[in-house]
Amino acid sequence: MSSPNQSREMQQEDLQSQRFRQFLDGHLEQEMLRFTTAGSVDDGKSTLIGRLLHDTRSVYEDQLASIRASRVNRSGGAVDLSLLTDGLKAEREQGITIDVAYRYFSTARRKFIIADTPGHEQYTRNMATGASTADVAIVLIDAKAFQRAGELLPQSRRHTYIASLLRIPHVVAAINKMDLVDYRAEVFDEVSAEFSELAKRLGLSSIEVIPVSALAGDNVVERSQKMDWYNGPTLLEYLETAPLALREAADGPLRFPVQLVVRPNAEFRGFAGRIERGEVRPGMRVRALPSGRVTTVKSIVTYDGELPAASFPLSVTLELEDEIDLSRGEMLVAETQMAPHASPCFRAMVVWMHEQPMSEGRCYLAKHTTRTVRASVRRIRYRVDIQSLGHHPASQLQMNDIAEVEFAASLPLFFDTYADNREMGALILIDPVTNATVGAAMILGPVEDTEEDSALAEYGRHEQAAAMVWLQGRRDDAVRLHDDIRHAGHAAVILDDPWIPEASLPAAMRALQLANVTGISSRTDLTETTLAQLREVAGDRFYTTAEDAAGLAPTWRSMEEQG
Amino acid sequence: MTTDRIASEVPAKQLHQERLNHLQALEAESLYILREAVAEFARPVMLYSIGKDSSVMLRLAQKAFYPGKIPFPLLHIDTSYKFPEMITFRDEYARAIGAELIVHRNEAAIAGGASPWKLGTQNCCAALKTRSLLDALEQGGFDAAFGGARRDEEKSRAKERVYSFRDAAGQWDPKNQRPELWSLYNSRLRKGESIRVFPLSNWTELDIWLYLYAEQIPIVPLYYAEEREAVIRGGMITLVHPGMQLLPGERPQKMMLRMRSLGCMPCTGAIRSQAETLPQIIEELIGFRRSEREGRAIDHDEEGSMELKKREGYF
Ligand SMILES: Nc1nc2c(ncn2[C@@H]2O[C@H](COP(=O)(O)OP(=O)(O)OP(=O)(O)O)[C@@H](O)[C@H]2O)c(=O)[nH]1
Ligand SMILES: [Mg+2]
Repeated sequence: MSSPNQSREMQQEDLQSQRFRQFLDGHLEQEMLRFTTAGSVDDGKSTLIGRLLHDTRSVYEDQLASIRASRVNRSGGAVDLSLLTDGLKAEREQGITIDVAYRYFSTARRKFIIADTPGHEQYTRNMATGASTADVAIVLIDAKAFQRAGELLPQSRRHTYIASLLRIPHVVAAINKMDLVDYRAEVFDEVSAEFSELAKRLGLSSIEVIPVSALAGDNVVERSQKMDWYNGPTLLEYLETAPLALREAADGPLRFPVQLVVRPNAEFRGFAGRIERGEVRPGMRVRALPSGRVTTVKSIVTYDGELPAASFPLSVTLELEDEIDLSRGEMLVAETQMAPHASPCFRAMVVWMHEQPMSEGRCYLAKHTTRTVRASVRRIRYRVDIQSLGHHPASQLQMNDIAEVEFAASLPLFFDTYADNREMGALILIDPVTNATVGAAMILGPVEDTEEDSALAEYGRHEQAAAMVWLQGRRDDAVRLHDDIRHAGHAAVILDDPWIPEASLPAAMRALQLANVTGISSRTDLTETTLAQLREVAGDRFYTTAEDAAGLAPTWRSMEEQG
Repeated sequence: MTTDRIASEVPAKQLHQERLNHLQALEAESLYILREAVAEFARPVMLYSIGKDSSVMLRLAQKAFYPGKIPFPLLHIDTSYKFPEMITFRDEYARAIGAELIVHRNEAAIAGGASPWKLGTQNCCAALKTRSLLDALEQGGFDAAFGGARRDEEKSRAKERVYSFRDAAGQWDPKNQRPELWSLYNSRLRKGESIRVFPLSNWTELDIWLYLYAEQIPIVPLYYAEEREAVIRGGMITLVHPGMQLLPGERPQKMMLRMRSLGCMPCTGAIRSQAETLPQIIEELIGFRRSEREGRAIDHDEEGSMELKKREGYF
């Protein structure tokens, strides 16, 4: 820029960039909210989304022109707004939504990701797909259809139930087609009461009920002139203000499943992954699962420089102080925070999504965080009746069935309950032959194991008595063994604290034996007398080398090789 | 290259600190997707189209595997109708970041004179893009291909999974997609099948521009407004380009123009614009009332034409 007007141009650019900064600041501060539609076929989900996009001026003119010119129009008006999301040819031809459509819009307050899902029962799996990541579910209920049936349609119940299973934080019922019931408050009250009753039984904590007409645009973006009896928020007002739960996830205990090892050269070895829960900082002591090894986070490496801290849901690369054995499918957790469950046997709520039924004894692949294992169906505890919410015995699950199922995996999984942590408690089931995704599962907890077929139970039985291990002068080995034993699900303590006098060791050890806790010591100078007493307490389970004691804590890895 | 156009008063790093809940969330999600695919597929490749979305995707790939190099090659499907500026940019940029670049052309069709005038846009695209792409994927033995498509671009793309399954013929079956819950992607394949992976699925056009700005990512100069020669053809502003044949009565005019989306020279329209810098482009974008794909002849041949192309194997 060497023109004579240079300074003026620069000034203008300054102004321009200032203005732009203001815009950027405003725009970049925006939060993101993901929501999904749910409800029975033809309740007006796609029309509602179309209306929302249209009335927030989020539809480009050429897109509007294209649906205006479409051969299909079921709305009875000038333009069928459902065509904005029903993008597949088959959908327009059949007049139903088949698969999820994702749409995006933003207002001055928030940026929204919408998943418009199908209501047809055959495509429940696609509804679950769209709903699995949502912060808010909008359950549509056709007021006219309700009037006709005198109750909620089964699909409305099913979807509300799935929304509760998926733990979508907020559920809003949009009572739609109010135009067809003359905008009458009584109809709304009736539907509203029935929905609230269902929500209560499902334990939904945050619900809202809004009367709307997707077709006419009442209470979607614009407040309705025809329902002055309603004082609550419009749908958009609700979406703009529903609280986000993001921050909670940054507060929990650290969960860092490793996606891959980044090793560009001999000097650098980093572990790439997404922080699924909690926060990590350099200097933090972390435990690797399943090895149980403890080390320190050296740095949080990113393309944009090292970070002083990182939390959910950032994708980062961690460099550790020690060379430890860690690879994809394994996990880092904080040493001092609550550990995840470690068990191959767990029970979960399953939504079955395939024509071929699930049956007891069958084996599937289960993908959980970054780990894929084989999982067999040990038992179907019960199937849920969508209408009554009652539990029924079942040995098979048909497509769209929801049930509590016990699984036994080929390897232990490290998980939290789905209720605690979506990412750490969710898994998908894959048919090992067809590779189809056949089910979604939300973990309820480990199974108190009583049966023969679990490797862990097998191991537990052989390890009844606690041991005493004396690793003279080898503090590191003692710590490692301690971690390994603990990690294998057993108790162990290190008895090196100088406040415990040597003479008290045998008594302490006896107490530990009773509690089935292994004692480890790396003290350098135990007298013959003390050693003799300890030998007596521990019997043939007195070890003096890490090798001899290795049997106390077979790592998951060696179990993996065996199994 | 073109970084000077992006320069603003604000250093990139500073922006990085202050920003942007939603862009950070989008970036984190994309990095996760890129890493999952690299961890689970035997031989991934990245479709590199030289456009703005590809530029963002490439930067995300640099970030995902940093300090390592991008662990897969880039594949450009060259129709022979790309703007010369695109080709120059492609070669320079790939060299600058040390990426492996594969360029594939359907030479037989090109030699046979395939053109939108002779075949119509649909068939021309089918031969020079779709066929060419499927051949390149097969020749390379790639089981996964990253694409920069976004769901907000077009209504059939709005239907697509992050992991979009393709059968052994490379085709998409929109009525029978695998459920995709949470961020647990199913990467299981049988021989010959493949997956298109879309790390930018949830990004909007505005997100892309904001990110280009915040990250100071270079883009092809055609995106910036300049005095350019063009003719108006069938309602579309077509830049005068090498090999172009003017129709009777057509007289090129000079106008301030830029491209909103980059494709083949005969089939991608320019828009009138004064936006010479990234901030200006973003300001302009906010005011747009028409979609970015409107300038693409191929999308408008008939209702649902993008879906058709996608079913056949197009990106
Ligand atoms: N009168 C009236 N009709 C409506 C309203 N909302 C939707 N409809 C009509 O109801 C029919 C179904 O609407 P859609 O939006 O396709 O329903 P949907 O819930 O998306 O259906 P699926 O996705 O197939 O489950 C269409 O004919 C709409 O025009 C409304 O508020 N009032
Ligand atoms: Mg619909």
